[in-house]
Amino acid sequence: MNLTDSKKKLALAGLVCGLVAACLAYFGNPANMAFCIACFIRDTAGALGLHSTETVQYARPEIIGLVLGAFLISAATKEYRSTAGSSPMVRFVLGMILAIGSLVFLGCPLRMIIRMSAGDLNAWVALIGFILGVGTGVIALKKGFSLGRAHLTNRMSGGVMPVLMLGILVLALATTLLKSSQSGPGSMHAPIALSLIGGLIFGAFAQKSRMCFAGSIRDVILMRNFDLLTIIGSFFVVMLIYNVATGNFNLAFNTPGVIAHSEHLWNILGMYAVGFAAVLAGGCPLRQLILAGQGSSDSAMTVIGMFIGAALAHNLGLAASATALNPETQEITAGSVPLNGKAAVIICIAVCFIIGFLNKRSENK
Amino acid sequence: MKEVDARGLSCPEPVMLTEEAMKSEAGAIRVLVTEPHQKMNVEKCVWDHGRNCTSTETEDGFAVVIEPKK
Repeated sequence: MNLTDSKKKLALAGLVCGLVAACLAYFGNPANMAFCIACFIRDTAGALGLHSTETVQYARPEIIGLVLGAFLISAATKEYRSTAGSSPMVRFVLGMILAIGSLVFLGCPLRMIIRMSAGDLNAWVALIGFILGVGTGVIALKKGFSLGRAHLTNRMSGGVMPVLMLGILVLALATTLLKSSQSGPGSMHAPIALSLIGGLIFGAFAQKSRMCFAGSIRDVILMRNFDLLTIIGSFFVVMLIYNVATGNFNLAFNTPGVIAHSEHLWNILGMYAVGFAAVLAGGCPLRQLILAGQGSSDSAMTVIGMFIGAALAHNLGLAASATALNPETQEITAGSVPLNGKAAVIICIAVCFIIGFLNKRSENK
Repeated sequence: MKEVDARGLSCPEPVMLTEEAMKSEAGAIRVLVTEPHQKMNVEKCVWDHGRNCTSTETEDGFAVVIEPKK
């Protein structure tokens, strides 16, 4: 099965993944968070007790499904390769940046597209930052950036992340050890079986199509190649149709209930950091989960970095707050990015520049 | 034959190195990659540049042999 040899097949992959996201939103996931990697990693980190924000704790089966779906399809189609050794600690830091930047914007690149399809103009503003971040990463690549070679390693190493995800699923299903939100976004979710199946399907199609939100824009800038952008385009169209059909399309900036804020500069800078870090890490948060599923221990380190980054974003007060409506007074409270979050984004961008322009391919023969 | 060793490198480095090599080398080029999707990306890049290639599986990945420029 090869989904990358024609634009029609790539568009089909985006269509299927869009249908999965729409389905999960319809059956209970927060509407504009239908399938957000950063939010769901943050929720899962909360379920494991890595942070204590009670409204965002839930072991999201979608994350587990993505990794397991990629693992199963790559094993079945002989694409599973256990590899490791390409600057794992640098990738860990890039994972932290991916999570922190996302939680300042309030969404990963996947959720940015979902929010854009719902008319959230803040996400369109953030797209500017994301494109600029990817563009800066491309400049680093052209100047010879590389994190060095990964090497084939013991088969078991690549299987650790899928097994850990399976472990979280078992804990969620068979014990009461994991935390689960009683209110807030963490309490809103589709039935477990549906979320898991959705994650498995999404993971399998993302693996076979190489779906990547940063990669799609990177390829356009770097090689004028629109293949990966085709997937994102069809995903956007499906979500747009879903949002219009269900009355969730609202073209505006201040949209209480959407889990967004209108601090434009920080929406731009948050996604700038994410775009930049994603190019340096070789893929967006979604792609990192997929690569971790197909055996890359380096991407697994990025995923662990995202868990720690998400936990820190809440423990240290870096994550933005969303614009909210008081149901009694009907007053709108504007969402905002705390000072700690602003400082963190600046540090994240500075770290991206250091990583991007000091790691050269010539050092890694 | 010129050889490009892109084994273990992250995307899009294998494609970038292949493009670089095709610019400077009109003769045959052998590109080594680790992952199946990198093999496909390199093949696509070669075809986009109007050249032909054949791929074989190696012990630790794939070898894409690019034919000389016509």
